[in-house]
Amino acid sequence: MTDTQISTTGVEAEMTLLTPRQIFRKRLLSHTGFLIGAGLIATIALIALFAPLLAPHDPYAQTLSARMLPPIWAEGSNPDYLLGTDQNGRDYLSRLIYGTRVSITIGIGAACIGMLIGVTLGVLAGYFGGIVDHAISFLLTAQLALPGLLLAMALVFIIGPSIWVVIGIVGILHWTYYLVVTRSATQRIRSLDFVAAAVASGATPRQVIWHEILPNLFSQIIVIFTFELGIAILAESSLSFLGVGIQPPTPSWGLMIAEGKQAMFYRPWLVVLPGICLFLLVIGANLMGDGLRDITSPEGRNE
Amino acid sequence: MSKLLEINNLSVTLPLPGNTLHVVRDVSISLERGQTLGIVGESGSGKSMSALALMRLLPRSAIADATTMQLDGLDLRTLDDRNFTRQIAGPQIGMIFQEPMTSLNPVYTIGRQMTEGAVSRGLLSGKQVERKAIDLLERVGIPDPAGRMSQFPHQLSGGQRQRVMIAMTLMLDPTLLIADEPTTALDVTVQAQILDLLDDLRRERQMGMILISHDLAVVAERSDDVAVMYGGEIIERGDASGVLRAPAHPYTQSLMLAIPHLGMAPGRLGAIPGTVPSLVSPPKGCIFAPRCSYRREDCTTARPQMRDHDGQHSYRCVLETPPTRHAEVIPLRAAGTPVGQDVITATNINQVFETRKALFGAKRQIQALDDVSLSLKRGETLALIGESGSGKSTLARILLGLAQPTSGQVRMLDRPVAELAPQERAAFVQPIFQDPYSSLNPRRRLAEIIARPLQLRGEKDSKVLKQAVGEALDIVRLPQRLLHAYPSQLSGGQRQRVAIARALVTRPAALICDEPTSALDVSVQAQILNLLDDLKAEMGLTCLLITHDMAVVHQIADRVVVMLNGKVVEEGPAQQVLKTPTNDYTRNLLAAAPRFEMTNAEVAS
Repeated sequence: MTDTQISTTGVEAEMTLLTPRQIFRKRLLSHTGFLIGAGLIATIALIALFAPLLAPHDPYAQTLSARMLPPIWAEGSNPDYLLGTDQNGRDYLSRLIYGTRVSITIGIGAACIGMLIGVTLGVLAGYFGGIVDHAISFLLTAQLALPGLLLAMALVFIIGPSIWVVIGIVGILHWTYYLVVTRSATQRIRSLDFVAAAVASGATPRQVIWHEILPNLFSQIIVIFTFELGIAILAESSLSFLGVGIQPPTPSWGLMIAEGKQAMFYRPWLVVLPGICLFLLVIGANLMGDGLRDITSPEGRNE
Repeated sequence: MSKLLEINNLSVTLPLPGNTLHVVRDVSISLERGQTLGIVGESGSGKSMSALALMRLLPRSAIADATTMQLDGLDLRTLDDRNFTRQIAGPQIGMIFQEPMTSLNPVYTIGRQMTEGAVSRGLLSGKQVERKAIDLLERVGIPDPAGRMSQFPHQLSGGQRQRVMIAMTLMLDPTLLIADEPTTALDVTVQAQILDLLDDLRRERQMGMILISHDLAVVAERSDDVAVMYGGEIIERGDASGVLRAPAHPYTQSLMLAIPHLGMAPGRLGAIPGTVPSLVSPPKGCIFAPRCSYRREDCTTARPQMRDHDGQHSYRCVLETPPTRHAEVIPLRAAGTPVGQDVITATNINQVFETRKALFGAKRQIQALDDVSLSLKRGETLALIGESGSGKSTLARILLGLAQPTSGQVRMLDRPVAELAPQERAAFVQPIFQDPYSSLNPRRRLAEIIARPLQLRGEKDSKVLKQAVGEALDIVRLPQRLLHAYPSQLSGGQRQRVAIARALVTRPAALICDEPTSALDVSVQAQILNLLDDLKAEMGLTCLLITHDMAVVHQIADRVVVMLNGKVVEEGPAQQVLKTPTNDYTRNLLAAAPRFEMTNAEVAS
């Protein structure tokens, strides 16, 4: 009797052999929230990329005769300036378009730096445990006890403001979420038998971490990344609003809000328009993160 | 008198995006007061789903439908959910679940959890309800029941928690008790006690009981009637001794041949070829036809009717008379392989774990292993038997070099294991783990998983790797087309084969298998046990097998070591220890192991 054979009868052939990647793709495309979020982010990224082609004016060009023009739908507008102009007579639409560049660069850059720090520490703490875990957990507690925005302001003030300094500082201050999540996920994965099997085959901790653990953290990291993207963009705006972020005349949405705030009651669009842009970008990132979390969560895995 | 429970044509469907799973189809069961109905089947056969449908505990999207569903003459289908919860779930039907560790709420005391149901329904006053709870705890055999009322679940052992679960369901005096794998998570000796308790309670209270289990021996011992489920259908039912001693359906027959029997000489197991059918599109014909060795043309055209066998007993098959079974036992291929010298020896191993309650709390010591010595000889299969907490897995980790003992020495290749480089050790001994779902990295393809031990040894040539992986797949009888599949696409048995292939790819001299089949269905267990037999015959593989299952020991072990509380209490040739155990503990273990009272003569007839 050929008892140890796996048959290839119709029973098995009808089993739909979807790879994890195919299932992932299928679920991505059926999640409305994710699609909206990803659509927003993609649109904003394209605007940032093609800003010179899209902007109707030079964002730095001042036309002092046309200051504080209202947007096209309001009274006294100039059809040349679709969304009006600011205090220095610069085209608001062009500045908003160029502002996407700053926001996207800082968002991605800072989220990447945070990821590098947080994931490294989280994996080390989760894998080695013991004294390493204690030390890293202390670092986490210390970081959480620091008033982030004040520290960022102080640092920028000392080092001197530039876009790269802002990216670095926002990134260095936003790694705790990565750490918490990857640490507990690593602890869980570390206790699974495939890690023991790798160790029994002579794998060093470094090989185990790279080959067995990190690939399994991928989905969590991606989700946190999108959330941190939103948070970093808001942090940049806050810093710019407070005057220690992006320096004028570079167009940044936070800075535009800050510049518009004196005239806020008479010219509300100066504040509302960049606010809407920020809102769209951050909600896009968050919807994308929420969607990714739903799509990669284990409860839905057997769908 | 009307029947206690009558269900006709129950079906459960689970709509998924894109398709629909038919998890239960056309299931009819009936039960008298004071009787036990056993439902057996492999995983995915729909046995739990049927019980959950009765209790209205199905997953939210599932749809249950039946032509009759009566409890004590009351039509359950007419009740809305609210009334069902108040009148039926609890006061009429009690349910015990598989996992005692998670079926009690850890933040409430035992007393509160036990009295909650009765008090919220206003059945009893506070004093009465407490009295009753204490009486019931005493009845189920919990020592110091009054004191236990104020304790929390974590202060009880697994067996005690299951007893509390049982006492809790009895608080509302149900007329029907559903026990869904009540002892699967427990040790054999505890299992026997819990099953005895359930038996006694059923008799005392004239309850009906539905006992759901994957373990045919448990069901054979404890049921009056048995229903065998496969692919969501009942394919055979009748009185327990009839169905399990003289099965009529080809599936039940193959299942019986797949189980190692303690009472018979060990022989090759009859594994069932193929895999469990997908429930997405139920076949027009017989559900078992694709795997049946008696398949005919009319099997696939129309669904066979339930056919009466001998009054008590019916089965769903096209064959008018049940096929006669092969009576002869095919001997094991590896029987009589010569045994060589010691390959791994452990001498005077002690392992002490220290725990602290708090950072500055007092240290507590747990002696996991107490002066354990054993040796593994080339070509033999040594079984390490013990219940949970006996230290057998700790010993396995030490033998694998994954943990260092507190004192004592492990020698491998005549050298202390501490002197060996990780790679030398890995080339010599490899592990197989219990849970095939956690032993494979879900993010890697099979080819990568199997090749990994070779890569870790520094093998970079992709041709060599590819060839070695191909050979390893052949050894474990997996088709080459699975090379690029992910573990999630495989069944449990296939995954366990992959784990074995990964262990064998470096051609180690010894395998240490920690409960390699206890997470698998019996038909899959048969495949893996046969595979281990093949490997022993073909490669002269040395194997340390850690298990709690006496039938598995009987099936493949040459020698046995019995452990209790970190000590070795008995050691000797397998057949001798199983027939004439000298130690009391071994005797208890053997007595508690569920078995079919079946002799060779009975099988032959």
